Order: sequence, then structure tokens, then C-alpha cells
Amino acid sequence: MKVAKLARLDLDPETIERTTEQLAGMLEHFADIDALDLRDVQPMNQPYPLVNVFREDIIVAGLDRTEVLAAAPDADDGRFRVPPILGLDS
Amino acid sequence: MSQDTSNSQAAVSQGTTGSMIYSAGPVTGNEILIDGWELIVGLEVHVELATLTKLFSASANRFGDEPNTNIDPVTLGLPGALPVLNRHAVELAMRIGLALNCTIQPSTFHRKNYFYPDMPKAYQISQYDQPINIDGFLALPGGKRIGVERAHLEEDTGKSTHLGGSGGRIHGSDYSLIDFNRAGVPLVEIVSRPDIRTAEEARQYVTELRSILVAIGASDAKMEEGSMRCDANVSVHKPGTPYGTRCEIKNVNSIRSLGRAIEYEARRQIDMNAAGETVRQETRHWDENDGRTHTLRSKEDADDYRYFLEPDLVPLAPSKEWIQAVRDAMPMLPGARRARLSEATSIAADAEAIMVVVERGQDDYVLAVATAGGDVGRALVHVKEAFADLGPTPSVPAADLAGLTLLEVAGTITATQAKTVLADIVAAGGGNAAAIAASKGFEAMDTGALEAMVDQVIADNAVAWAKYCGGEDKAMGALVGAAMKASQGKADGKLVTALLQAKRLA
Repeated sequence: MKVAKLARLDLDPETIERTTEQLAGMLEHFADIDALDLRDVQPMNQPYPLVNVFREDIIVAGLDRTEVLAAAPDADDGRFRVPPILGLDS
Repeated sequence: MSQDTSNSQAAVSQGTTGSMIYSAGPVTGNEILIDGWELIVGLEVHVELATLTKLFSASANRFGDEPNTNIDPVTLGLPGALPVLNRHAVELAMRIGLALNCTIQPSTFHRKNYFYPDMPKAYQISQYDQPINIDGFLALPGGKRIGVERAHLEEDTGKSTHLGGSGGRIHGSDYSLIDFNRAGVPLVEIVSRPDIRTAEEARQYVTELRSILVAIGASDAKMEEGSMRCDANVSVHKPGTPYGTRCEIKNVNSIRSLGRAIEYEARRQIDMNAAGETVRQETRHWDENDGRTHTLRSKEDADDYRYFLEPDLVPLAPSKEWIQAVRDAMPMLPGARRARLSEATSIAADAEAIMVVVERGQDDYVLAVATAGGDVGRALVHVKEAFADLGPTPSVPAADLAGLTLLEVAGTITATQAKTVLADIVAAGGGNAAAIAASKGFEAMDTGALEAMVDQVIADNAVAWAKYCGGEDKAMGALVGAAMKASQGKADGKLVTALLQAKRLA
């Protein structure tokens, strides 16, 4: 509920009930994992056996501003225009 | 340590609304603040790294460009875009770690999820439980060590401009405009331990950190351009009791503001405690105009950010060889430069002259004057006083300044005359001190001539002399002044003083 509020998701009671059931099912599955003895298993940070993948510090031209802003819901003065960041809740 | 209760009373007055008004007057140097409270400060400093490109994409990292001209699919979080780590950014982060005496360790990247529009992906890539640099310290010029808990890599966010409503503040604005040029710029966040006890120590920490970052080429560290930003965690407690609830102060845009904000916030918390109120953990916004901090938002829990490992990046694990290569390429740090100059001059490493000369990068030059046979102590004073505009490699040949210091040390010219000669040398970008001194008629008066002149001064200034003999030491000034005038500035003031003292005793 807290994350939904932070994300400004307007959830109706039916959705809340359905989502709660689904999340409960997922948490039960984690409980199954908790029941296993995994003391000797290393956490898997990545599926790939790779470290240190880099690019060099060289500038490559990016995207055109006019094209990008044309795809945005709203733009003004070369910038993306968005609704007020604080205060919608109240 | 004395308790400064007078400050406490002076700092609080009643506002028109009946609420407390706090002034941010100086409490500098008092480790124990008002009524036995002790200030506890930890600093989080964000620095933008001096790379050409962003942390995870090849758009330019450049301040001041037209909005949204340095953007690409990774910056904008477009579907399918994948981040690739900038090797040079990692190297600069390693330099910072080494300069701050940290351990460089294998590290990972996490997603920090949140809901502001300044990151189009709705998360910032940062380092969480395995940062690249841990457990270091920064030594203040006076020697105190401030612990550095971690210095980790992360990406900067876009720049929001809040418009309409109440003039530029995030609260009450009608809408915001976003520029993503800064989004994805490499940052290192340097988190200190809560070892700072005064606003002055906080200022020293940030000043020293900035000097180090510039010296190692990691950042231009300009607070006014936002390439170095500082948040302060401030709490108060009575020594021997647990630390109080802390508030995080944001929007501190200069080293001066940092000191003011910490002093204000400490007073606010102490006065709340004194009034029986509870300090809430929250983020507060420093307002430079009214000199106060204001509630911005309640502090998020780490849970709210739902950190998880960034699946699009592999771990970072610099090899021993790479770390050693970075270490070998490190320049001498400001602290080591001050120590070297301190040893050469037998002056304290945090003395003003040494601080100033090292900050200007002129310490190599001072030592070159010594190598050229000059007096290093006089060279330090002259460089500090007269070389402010000459940069790290002054045009004046070191041998010329060496010659001047030798004339002084030999007593051939006085300190006052040396300044005059030096002004000519600086103006001309060099010159033979002895020749310039001679052309001005500066030559040492022999002792006999000097004594005769002092006797004449005494005869001509009988009233002042009588007062001086009667124990009025202030009268000495008039006598020395008269001697300098009579000798047209050639007399050595110290010698004149010594002669007058000897004659009074005789």
C-alpha cells in the first residue's frame, strides 16, 4: 500500500484484494525456500561468470533533442514538462 | 571546555508569531555547545567526476550545455537500453579511495527505486551494500582524522526547475521542467563517519576534501556549479549519552553556508530539547536567504527504495595490479605538501602561510628558492604576500627571489626595503635584487651612523623620550617612526628598537 501511494497508483478495492492474494502466494513460495538448508549455497549476484565489463571514456553523439521532446507528453523551453512533484497527495 | 550560555540566550528571541527565532551566530571552536550539549556531524559529499562521458553511456559529461543535448537511450531509460560502465570513472573513484586511505574492494551496483521525474528509469543506479571504497579517513590540516565510512560510485540525476506558484521552490510550484544532461553523470558519494564536532571542523573537512579532489584530478569540485554538493547529518547529545536523533540538511551551496547551516540546526535541536520537544528524523532544506532550515520531508526508510542488484551490470573487481598502477600514478596530496614545507621552514603545517602557498600550488617554487641558495622562511613569506596572482609556476626566476632573501638575512636591506625591491622584481618578472637595492640607495647603515642618528632623534623628541623613560612604552612608536623618517626608511626598525631599549636602561 505504501509503495502504491508513493507511486500514486489509484487502486480500487477489488484490485487490492486480488493483488494481496497474489502477493501472499508469492510470499508462501519464499517461505518454502526459507525451509531449505542453504548454508553452503553462495548468493548468486549474476547468472554470468563475468566481472569488469567496461567501455572507454569516449564521447559518442546521442539523440536529437527535437525528436526526443516530440515523443514526450509535454515539453517547454527545450525541457520535459512534468506535473508538480510535491503536493498532489494533499 | 567552557560552556557558552551567553550565546544561548543571545541566539533565541521571540518572533512576531510567538515562535522561536534562531540566529546562526558564530559558535566556532566550541566542541561543547550550549549548556553542555555536544554537536555530532557526519557529512555526505557528492562529487561529479571529471570524465568526458557519463557513467553508463557515451553522452558528454559537460556542465552548461543547452538542456537535453547530451542524452541517449540509456540516459532516458528507453526500452532495451543497457548500461556499460565507464572505465575512467572507476579509475577516478579508485583515486578518491586511495587519497582517502580507503580499502578498494570488489563491489556491485544496485537499483535505488523512487518516484521523482529526475530519473526517467524511475531508479538511480548506485552502490549499496558492497561499495568500491570503504574504511578510510581524511586528516584535517591540524592532524585530526575524520573517518570515511565509504566512497561509492553512482549516477547523478537530471536537473529539475520548479516553475509557477511560490517562486522556484518545489513546494507549491505549478509544474517542473527537466533537463537530463546531468542524468547519468558519474558521481562519487563520500560518506564521513560522525566524527565532526564543530562547524569549523566541517568547513575544514570540505575544504581539504576539495583540495584533494582537485589535486588528484578526480573532479573540479566547484560547489557553485554543483559539481561538489554537501549534505550534513546533524544531531546533538550530552557527552556520555547516546547520539540524538539526526536531521539531514540539504541545499548547502557553499562552505560558508555549510557552517551557518550546522550552527543554526544545532541551536534549533538544543532549544527543542530544552523546551521538552522531540527532534524528528527528517530531511531539512537550508534557506540561504532567511538563514534557517525548513522541513522538506520525513526521511524515507531504505526499504522504500526497494534496493535490488542491477541485473544489467556485472560486478566490479579491480585487480591488485590495477590498484597498484593507480596508486603509483597518484600525485603528492596537499597534506603531504604541507608537511614537506613545514619540515623545510620549521613552521606548523597548518600555519596560514603554508596553507595559502600549498593551496596556490606554489610550494614547489618556494622549495626551488631554497635549492637556489635562498632562505626558505623568507621565501615563504614573500611568495605568500606578493605572489598571489602568479600561479603555480611564477615567472620570477627562483634564483632572483633567493638573492633577495640573502640580502635580507645578511642585514644589507630591511624587511620594508625588501618588499619594495620585490615589488619591482615581480613587476618586471625578475631582476637582480642587489642591483635594484643599490639603485634605490638601499644599503645597510653602519652601527655607528645608526647610533648617532638615534641620539639625534632622542634630542629632537625630548617629550616622547621622557615619556618612554617614564615607562610609557607606547611612546616608543613615535621615536621609531622619527628614526625611520630621518633615515628615509633605510634604518632597520628592529635595530632602532633595540638601541632605544638599551639607551633607556643605560
